[in-house]
Amino acid sequence: MAERQSPERLSPLEPVFHPGSHGNFEHGVDVILTETRPGSILQLAAWPGEEKKLMAAIRSVTGLALPDGAGGGVAKDGKAVFGFAPGKFTVVDEAEGLASAFAKTVTPAVGTVTDLSHGRTAIRIAGPKAEWVLAKFFAIDFALPAFPVGAGRSTTHHDVFAQIQRTGADQFDIYVFRSFARSFWKALCHASEEVGYEVQ
Amino acid sequence: MLITCPYCGPRDVIEFTYQGDGNRERPQPNSQDLDAWNAYVYDRLNPAGDHNEIWQHSGGCRTHLRMVRNTVTHEISSTSFARGDHNAAARHKAGGKS
Repeated sequence: MAERQSPERLSPLEPVFHPGSHGNFEHGVDVILTETRPGSILQLAAWPGEEKKLMAAIRSVTGLALPDGAGGGVAKDGKAVFGFAPGKFTVVDEAEGLASAFAKTVTPAVGTVTDLSHGRTAIRIAGPKAEWVLAKFFAIDFALPAFPVGAGRSTTHHDVFAQIQRTGADQFDIYVFRSFARSFWKALCHASEEVGYEVQ
Repeated sequence: MLITCPYCGPRDVIEFTYQGDGNRERPQPNSQDLDAWNAYVYDRLNPAGDHNEIWQHSGGCRTHLRMVRNTVTHEISSTSFARGDHNAAARHKAGGKS
């Protein structure tokens, strides 16, 4: 321990993270569960009337062009952004250091930058039964026309606040509080048993 | 029961928190008018029918909402952001912070 030079990123899922196939997988695995471990997770908020300036700042820093409209988002090239409330956005990057990049661009007159990189855990569920499993957790419509690729939703699972972004036709990234992540992960594994799941 | 959030769309009622009667007018913080304070704290219309209410989408986008709910049928005939109404504008002038 004394040898450690820089802080090592430890996952809260580690004691219950068991790679391999589990549950009813004799006929194949229908969902794949992973922890994406992004280096940066930020929450950006615009003051009323400054939303367009914040969206422009997101575009200049990440290169991602946010679509207009509630819950709009986009994910590509290891980065993701989506709206989760009026004038508020979650921005994610595989690399660390996104907060300092935004701190220069998002001035106090435009809005606020909150670094949640160590406060949230990112869990990805993918596969043909991903919608089916998530529909057991959240009372929202996961069908593709109602929840298009790139879009974000904020909702709760038994008081555990969750932000969900659809990053593929059958793939979702879920951001939960780090302190609840292990409990949520265990619940997600239990819910995936019936369809057969693989942890990667 | 579904409530249609103006940002998130239709969501289950468990995601929402009731924040109180939407008809109240809060007196200015430095007001000495005891009748106005008494009315603000205690007087309620308690109608059997449409009722103006403040709710929060606490399990979703967390915005505060202004709703009209029928206290007899529970039908919600309108929802809108609480921000932007005349009370919010008044708060901006008086407090200067929010």
